[in-house]
Amino acid sequence: MWLRSASFVLDKRLQQQEPSSFFHDPRDSAQPPPPSPSVDPMDQNPDPNPNHGISAYYQTRAEHHAVVSSDWLAQAQAAIGRGAAPPSGCWPSAAASSAVAARTGSVGGGGGKPFSVIDEFNYWRKKPDLAEAVAAIMALAAVIRSSEATTMMELEIELKKASDTLKSWDTTSISLSAGCDLFMRYVTRTSALEYEDFDAAKLRLIERGEKFGEISLKARRTIAMLGQDFIFDSCTILVHGFSRVVFEVLKLAASNRKLFRVLCTEGRPDRTGLRFSNELAALGVPVKLLIDSAVAYSMDEVDMVFVGADGVVESGGIINMMGTYQIALVAHSMNKPVYVAAESYKFARLYPLDQKDLAPALRPIDFGVPIPSGVEVETSARDYTPPQYLTLLFTDLGVLTPSVVSDELIQLYL
Amino acid sequence: MDRRVPRTVIDPKFRQVGFVPPGATPPPARSHSVPNDARSSSELSLSGSSLSPVMIPPPRHASADGLPSVVRSAASPVPIPASPLRRDTVQIPIGSYNPSESLLGSSPMMSPSRQLDAVSEFSDDVPTSARLGRSGSGKFASSFPSSSGEMMTMKITGGGGGGNTPKSSLTTASVVKALPGVSEKDRGALIEVQNEGISKPQKQKTQKLRGVPFKRLSVQRRLPAKESGEAVKPSASSGGALPALKQGKVVKPSSQKKDGPQVTAPVASSEKKVVDRIPDKDRKKDVPHPRMQFDDKHRVEKAKRRAVVNQSEARNRVELFRHLPQYIHGTQLPDLESKFFQLDPMHPSVYKVGLQFLSGDISGGNARCIAMLLAFQEAIKDYSTPPEKVLVRDLTAKIGCYVSFLIECRPLSISMGNAIKFLKNRIAKLPHTLSESEAKSTLISDIDRFINEKIIIADKVIVRHAVTKIRDGDVLLTYGSSSIVEMILLYAHELGKQFRVVVVDSRPTLEGQALLHKLVAKGLNCTYTHINAISYVMHEVTRVFLGASSVLSNGTVYSRVGTACVAMVANAFQVPVLICCEAYKFHERVQLDSICSNELGDPDVISKVPGRNDLNHLHSWADNENLQLLNLIYDATPSDYISMIITDYGMIPPTSVPVIVREYRREHLWI
Repeated sequence: MWLRSASFVLDKRLQQQEPSSFFHDPRDSAQPPPPSPSVDPMDQNPDPNPNHGISAYYQTRAEHHAVVSSDWLAQAQAAIGRGAAPPSGCWPSAAASSAVAARTGSVGGGGGKPFSVIDEFNYWRKKPDLAEAVAAIMALAAVIRSSEATTMMELEIELKKASDTLKSWDTTSISLSAGCDLFMRYVTRTSALEYEDFDAAKLRLIERGEKFGEISLKARRTIAMLGQDFIFDSCTILVHGFSRVVFEVLKLAASNRKLFRVLCTEGRPDRTGLRFSNELAALGVPVKLLIDSAVAYSMDEVDMVFVGADGVVESGGIINMMGTYQIALVAHSMNKPVYVAAESYKFARLYPLDQKDLAPALRPIDFGVPIPSGVEVETSARDYTPPQYLTLLFTDLGVLTPSVVSDELIQLYL
Repeated sequence: MDRRVPRTVIDPKFRQVGFVPPGATPPPARSHSVPNDARSSSELSLSGSSLSPVMIPPPRHASADGLPSVVRSAASPVPIPASPLRRDTVQIPIGSYNPSESLLGSSPMMSPSRQLDAVSEFSDDVPTSARLGRSGSGKFASSFPSSSGEMMTMKITGGGGGGNTPKSSLTTASVVKALPGVSEKDRGALIEVQNEGISKPQKQKTQKLRGVPFKRLSVQRRLPAKESGEAVKPSASSGGALPALKQGKVVKPSSQKKDGPQVTAPVASSEKKVVDRIPDKDRKKDVPHPRMQFDDKHRVEKAKRRAVVNQSEARNRVELFRHLPQYIHGTQLPDLESKFFQLDPMHPSVYKVGLQFLSGDISGGNARCIAMLLAFQEAIKDYSTPPEKVLVRDLTAKIGCYVSFLIECRPLSISMGNAIKFLKNRIAKLPHTLSESEAKSTLISDIDRFINEKIIIADKVIVRHAVTKIRDGDVLLTYGSSSIVEMILLYAHELGKQFRVVVVDSRPTLEGQALLHKLVAKGLNCTYTHINAISYVMHEVTRVFLGASSVLSNGTVYSRVGTACVAMVANAFQVPVLICCEAYKFHERVQLDSICSNELGDPDVISKVPGRNDLNHLHSWADNENLQLLNLIYDATPSDYISMIITDYGMIPPTSVPVIVREYRREHLWI
């Protein structure tokens, strides 16, 4: 049944252990998806240099969300047509089974070959339902487990080293570094040092790490509970990009028999909007697809804008998929509320002053035709939306105004 | 001007902190302008023009010739629409003292914005008068017979009960009539007597207003002391000439009450709340630490008697800034220097620092704070508890004495205030078991630690953070000379970042030149310009780095005058403004403007241009009473213009200042 689940492409691949079949043959589809050449080497080599053109973060996303092609759509439609499971039922079970598998896997891994955080992280990262931050946390918990340190100090240093490697592995991923920071904080700030017995302390840390992972998984449900209250009957919601949290919110609202309509942007270049609309259509929610440039055109019929976030920064602004900023600007100028759904592990101690004040996450863009020589292409994958254009943030800490983010961060890290 | 309208209700509350209280006698020089202003204001009222916040309201000043003039002068600041009713019967003795009037912004006959300004500028009278009433009401009232009458009417109407009470208009009327010729004491006595038998709420009210004339109680007694909301209508009608109340109707003049001239007493409930809800005791709590108001004669007298520094009266004080300590330092220096060996209670190191502050040898927030702390450290080293005294108490008193001396030399900065608070807190928390020498060494090391952790290391942390915001190819702009910004620029240069610096400077201090000198000496690429050119130079700038004297909890940045201008221009050009400020300079106060708390510098400095002898138009400005020079030291930058505040706790948005203040205080408790 879980083959039909949202991330079946990935799951199938995992099952078959056949990495090359993941990407559909580009020639099959009318608009060939960008099969990035660096993906395949990465699967063999867990520690690639991520800085040669493509952000590892977006690679992961591409793997999770697959690349939409007509082929894929046909498959998906067929799946829905068969009336097989809507993803709702299978996600938790899939997550649970993968968690079990992971535990055994990581234990085995710890015993056998020399341990590498990146390996571990990549392992967790492949889980479709796991956010990158949670994967980082899981990886760090595994570090503790496999650590041969004998004192707290050693362990801490080891952890620090591991988190630094993780962070430097992909400098563009905000949630990865946020997750690492958060876990370090969570671990070192605790009363673990009170335990005289080192092993007890270590066990406690592992426990904490795993608990943290669970908390993070629960976060999405909390947010959905909070966020769906804001959806009222007969409202129109504009959605940009594919955010699992936003999807969860909408799903909960739909299952609570709220009647609403969703406008999905196309979400170029990876067409995440197509995928999102497909998921929503499966839930029986009326969906309309827009091209990215039609946002202002249709903003007057929109009641609220819902977006996810790659990262929530200290100013209360968000970093999200390219195009969020302009949607927020349009919404702001038309006095429409912009709601952001983001788990608290995406809160990062970053403070971009402007769009260029970030390590750019690059992503190849397929224009469908060869690009004339001498023409530059903007390949940045995300933008920064300043807090004044956001109305509220739905997080597992509650519904926050943007200015509270910094308060939470200060209290967390101070 | 429209933008000010929604703020009406708020403005008075803040402004009350520092503006001319009615007790201050208006300057004789301006007295002749009263009628003018009155006329012009009433003429202008319909056009919707208003006093700009900086304009000085006409002084309410008593001409001794009885009722009509009293009434008129009082009424003048409030624009009175040309209503026949109004003009003939002399109404509104309440005039500017009744903020409620202006709260009735919807009244069609008064220009709301005008009213607004009247409120914001005068409403501070309300609390002040109440305060004076508490302490020295007698003096106040007698020195200002006419205004006391007005106060009275206002108070009573305000205190009348829910909404507008019917009796209020009556009382006010009678009061005005009673005004001339009743001596202060008599009035007071009268009230005392008459108070008996008044219904309770009213009694409280009047007692609060002791010393204010109150005759014709018979009238009042006759009235049922109704305090219900229904009373609104009658009172409005009794208000008569005043086109009052939210409904915006012009109500007919009432005919039922005929005592005295018809007096309007439109009191909006909101006004009433302001007056009523804050009894004196509460107000004490509201105002965290009442700063010295230098236009408050009574208290200035007292302070003078205590002072070490000879306070001479400054001439030509600028109206809006009378409540601030006037700059008189220049004349003090020789006098103080000669006293160096005579001053017993002052420790020489403190004295030295005081003189350095006075002469301006030490300036800059951190430098002053460190100098002060080191002086205190010296003083503590030499301190020995006098017999029969406790170290904790005596030393606190000593420090307090030093501090007041330093204040006389130059008003404390907020950072110094915080440091002093820290020190006093440490002294108070000393365990009683410690011996004197132990206690002293504890304090000395505490001071060392404060300087180290809160200033020196904090600066290093800030530099680390700030440097991450400098990229290659940036053009950084800074204003004045901030030590922390200098460190940031130098450190970024050391790191090999390629950037250019624009140093903006302003007269009269020209501190920027010192900064420029240091930067150029290190090989930085610099541009130097004055603040006049800021709008030109801003278009090429990519970041603005500014220092701050203090950051207040609403995100307002209190800094060298001109900072607000730079920040505003940067904001207009969409250039991010970064404020660098150590967390020990944060303060929980809220400030909306640069008026209520500020420091005045030497006015002579701005009148003279060094090296330009031909510019001597202001040569003898002090002799001209119509001319006042204003040399402000600080200004307040609204948080809207600030993109980021860099502190030792990291980079935060201005909305998070309260969190830092809170966390900082908690940390203080731990130390």
